[in-house]
Amino acid sequence: TKLDDSKMAGAEGDDSLYPIAVLIDELRNEDVQLRLNSIKKLSTIALALGVERTRTELLPFLTDTIYDEDEVLLALAEQLGSFTVLVGGPEFVHNLLPPLESLATVEETVVRDKAVESLRKISQEHSPVDLEVHFVPLVKRLASGDWFTSRTSACGLFSVCYPRVSSTVKAEIRQHFRTLCSDDTPMVRRAAASKLGEFAKVLELDYVKSDIIPLFTALASDEQDSVRLLAVEAGVSIATLLPQEDLEALVMPTLRQAAEDKSWRVRYMVADKFSELQKAVGPEITKTDLVPAFQNLLKDCEAEVRAAAANKVKVFCENLPEDSRETIIMTHILPCVKELVSDTNQHVKSALASVIMGLSTILGKDNTVEHLLPLFLVQLKDECPEVRLNIISNLDCVNEVIGIRQLSQSLLPAIVELAEDAKWRVRLAIIEYMPLLAGQLGVEFFDEKLNSLCMAWLIDHVFAIREAATCNLMKLVEKFGAEWAQNTIVPKVLGMANDSNYLHRMTTLFCINALSGVCGQEITTKHMLPVVLKMSTDQVANVRFNVARCLQKIGPVLDSSALQAEVKPVLEKLATDQDMDVKYFALEAISVLALA
Amino acid sequence: MVHARCAPRNEALLIWPGRRKDGKKHPNQLFTSKTSRAMSSAATTPPSVDKVDGFSRKSVRKAKQKRSQSSSQFRSQGKPIELTPLPLLKDVSAQEQPELFLKKLQQCCAVFDFMDTLSDLKMKEYKRSTLNELVDYVTVSRGYLTEQAYPEVVKMVSYNIFRTLPPSDSNEFDPEEDEPTLEASWPHLQLVYEFFIRFLESQEFQPSIAKKYIDQKFVLQLLELFDSEDPRERDYLKTVLHRIYGKFLGLRAFIRKQINNIFLRFVYETEHFNGVAELLEILGSIINGFALPLKAEHKQFLVKVLIPLHTVRSLSLFHAQLAYCIVQFLEKDPALTEPVIRGLLKFWPKTCSQKEVMFLGELEEILDVIEPTQFVKIQEPLFKQISKCVSSPHFQVAERALYYWNNEYIMSLIEENSNVILPIMFTSLYRISKEHWNPAIVALVYNVLKAFMEMNSTLFDELTSTYKSDRQREKKKEKEREELWKRLEDLELKRSLQSDGIIPT
Repeated sequence: TKLDDSKMAGAEGDDSLYPIAVLIDELRNEDVQLRLNSIKKLSTIALALGVERTRTELLPFLTDTIYDEDEVLLALAEQLGSFTVLVGGPEFVHNLLPPLESLATVEETVVRDKAVESLRKISQEHSPVDLEVHFVPLVKRLASGDWFTSRTSACGLFSVCYPRVSSTVKAEIRQHFRTLCSDDTPMVRRAAASKLGEFAKVLELDYVKSDIIPLFTALASDEQDSVRLLAVEAGVSIATLLPQEDLEALVMPTLRQAAEDKSWRVRYMVADKFSELQKAVGPEITKTDLVPAFQNLLKDCEAEVRAAAANKVKVFCENLPEDSRETIIMTHILPCVKELVSDTNQHVKSALASVIMGLSTILGKDNTVEHLLPLFLVQLKDECPEVRLNIISNLDCVNEVIGIRQLSQSLLPAIVELAEDAKWRVRLAIIEYMPLLAGQLGVEFFDEKLNSLCMAWLIDHVFAIREAATCNLMKLVEKFGAEWAQNTIVPKVLGMANDSNYLHRMTTLFCINALSGVCGQEITTKHMLPVVLKMSTDQVANVRFNVARCLQKIGPVLDSSALQAEVKPVLEKLATDQDMDVKYFALEAISVLALA
Repeated sequence: MVHARCAPRNEALLIWPGRRKDGKKHPNQLFTSKTSRAMSSAATTPPSVDKVDGFSRKSVRKAKQKRSQSSSQFRSQGKPIELTPLPLLKDVSAQEQPELFLKKLQQCCAVFDFMDTLSDLKMKEYKRSTLNELVDYVTVSRGYLTEQAYPEVVKMVSYNIFRTLPPSDSNEFDPEEDEPTLEASWPHLQLVYEFFIRFLESQEFQPSIAKKYIDQKFVLQLLELFDSEDPRERDYLKTVLHRIYGKFLGLRAFIRKQINNIFLRFVYETEHFNGVAELLEILGSIINGFALPLKAEHKQFLVKVLIPLHTVRSLSLFHAQLAYCIVQFLEKDPALTEPVIRGLLKFWPKTCSQKEVMFLGELEEILDVIEPTQFVKIQEPLFKQISKCVSSPHFQVAERALYYWNNEYIMSLIEENSNVILPIMFTSLYRISKEHWNPAIVALVYNVLKAFMEMNSTLFDELTSTYKSDRQREKKKEKEREELWKRLEDLELKRSLQSDGIIPT
């Protein structure tokens, strides 16, 4: 294929049309935006030059002139990651290393990260020999660079070359990584700590034990908490690699220490990674170590940590070993959960509320009624709307176990209050749960308690709420059927057509748009259509053109005689309206409904 | 309300809080003040929501409570702390005092939980009075500083001040908008800092003994505290660190390096650190004391740390201190002017007009001290940028740039080099004089054009007469560029079709 490429370029004979000078001029343009544009089209330039000149002229030029705005450098770093074909395929891929090496040493993290990403990508395209001859030396140069940026970049490159090099080179790579883990710049130690888990995965098990474990232990007790917290994540990865019998001696002491670290950031990290940790260490250590650790995190003095732990309550309980799951939950976890329900911090309560319902499936009917139900009820009365909302949004879990009726007495005031919350986003959220609630509570309960709320939303002063309320009605009709609609909501909706506020009159039209399909032809023709037609003489133009749009929408539900006899004359009249928008929509409706 | 810049103990630590020589306003004051912003937001809230929304009875928001933070170190509320009251130092004989002093230091290691306002009230009061007594004692007494006292003092200070700072209450703490969270244990903490400063400043203080205890680890923990949200604490820390830097020569390089690390992390990793302004203030005085010629380490600090600090979003919070540091460097070594200005141009704000105004302010401070030989080296890129600023649609930016022409020294530099600068500026100025929406800017531009005309009328006339043909040439070039790219894209398309076998080769 390489041959083909050069033949093609030659045959075109247009190399001379695009002298590199012109292209390079573009890359050097004073205007950053133009430089950026050219860099983003670097592949086009390379294509025009052909593989040979890209290698011998373009890449050296790029390597030599890397001093530019970070935005341009970022684009360059990204482009070079997919440049292999443009330099002539894997055989020549190492030609891309010099510019990427320079980019991997710049100050700006975003650029450097992108350069490392591209280097990782093209490392896979190197043959094992090229990897040792070209790539590994680059990694070593970066790893022993003067300024911290190059050493930071090196950290991300060890794991991609390690599996494919000889054992001597492997030993060197391990040595370099060790050195970076004890670098005196915290930035480098952070980079090393964040790549420790990834590096451990490509190492032979013996080296994991002999090399990685000491590094992990050292990083996990670093003087800077920003380093220690990254070691937590590495610890989880390492734990998955080790055989069960080594875990206790090699990683558990360090992880235990992390769970009690004096810095809340580290404890937060432990809480955040708790499910992964649980999977990595297995059921026995979970029982002996993680359960008490989890209890402590749930009782932590910092709300951030408690919230992170509260988020994990359900998953943690789910993954407990089955033989002792219920006992552990009842005796160890539930008491902490009970305290969190009345936590002082709303984020903690709301994190808990988003998962607590899930416990009912794990604990079964009796325990749910006896122990969890009181907690749900407390949370349903919480002062923070987010907490109540999180409970309501997860009602389906409880519904499966005990049925929602048990909750309905407390549910109602909670729903009513959320429905009237001052924040429209809260109101919007509860509207979205209405169809689900209606389904679970049944039609009678709904008619009695919730119907009026649903109607009240139709006259909310926020459009998004009115819109959602309209859509909600449609979903309710889908659930309860057309007859129910005709008896309960259609009269109210149509009544609004006489309201003095034109926004309410428009809401009638929007509701009809949504409801005509689910209510069917009879109701639409008999009850809705007359109202719509009557509104065509409304004095507000917005109402009139919405009549036209409404007719267009409900047209397909009507039969042809109604269309011809009733709709057509009205639309024709609207088509001669003074207002141009009314005209426009009337004509559109006429053409869509093929009434012309 | 306590604010960072009017903290109680704003000691005249350095040349700093003294005013900028030109009497310009602090950059923060250039913009809308907090109160006016609050007013404008109140004004935009529709007043009569209640009539439309029957639900708004709950919309009355709870008044925000003043927040205070604990020290993230009370893992569990332990038993009440009991301290046995000791006699006052002045009530015992001189021989007994050192011993009693040590005992009191040990007692003050007990740390109380101030978030629980009801616990240990008596003991809290006892510790407060003991700390007060200790402050007075180290200030006036002589001969109290035995060698055994050093580790005890450092231990007491460490126990009290070193703690993990708690998470910020609001995730998006914006120091410009939000009230800082105040440290709850301040009644004790303040006295501990006060005591420590008096100790460090005391005539009997011997760094040679203290360095065993005030070591790198101690300094590292001290630096971490600069992230405290409480401006009062940062102010004390500033004084403490400055004293340590002054007295412990062996720690100086280490302190500089760690500040370096804090800044780099701030710029490239977190963008969050509350004490940047304070650290820069200390650095301002450190730079002032650098010996000439400057070491490579210091130049690297300027180029790789101080310049990138300009990129941070919250620049306005420490810009005055940062600009001061930069100018200090240039006054030490004018040869640094070129890299500094090129650095600023590289990081020139693209979307944030407020920052652009700050950059222009800083640049003027630099130009105030620039040497003509240095000016010549950077005038081209510099005035290309100024020309862009002058034509900014944001009038504050344009105005700030045009004010340069009121600066006599800058004017003299422009005049000397008008043959280079005038062609760069001319196009923008000519265009704005016709197009800018703001009449005040147009008026300023006319003045500038007039000044140029007087400076170099031949060149000015020449540029006026070629203005049109120059524009046309530019347009033509623009068109050529478009065509070039179009041809390239066609080529690419053709090749990809060929390689897909759609067009035979």
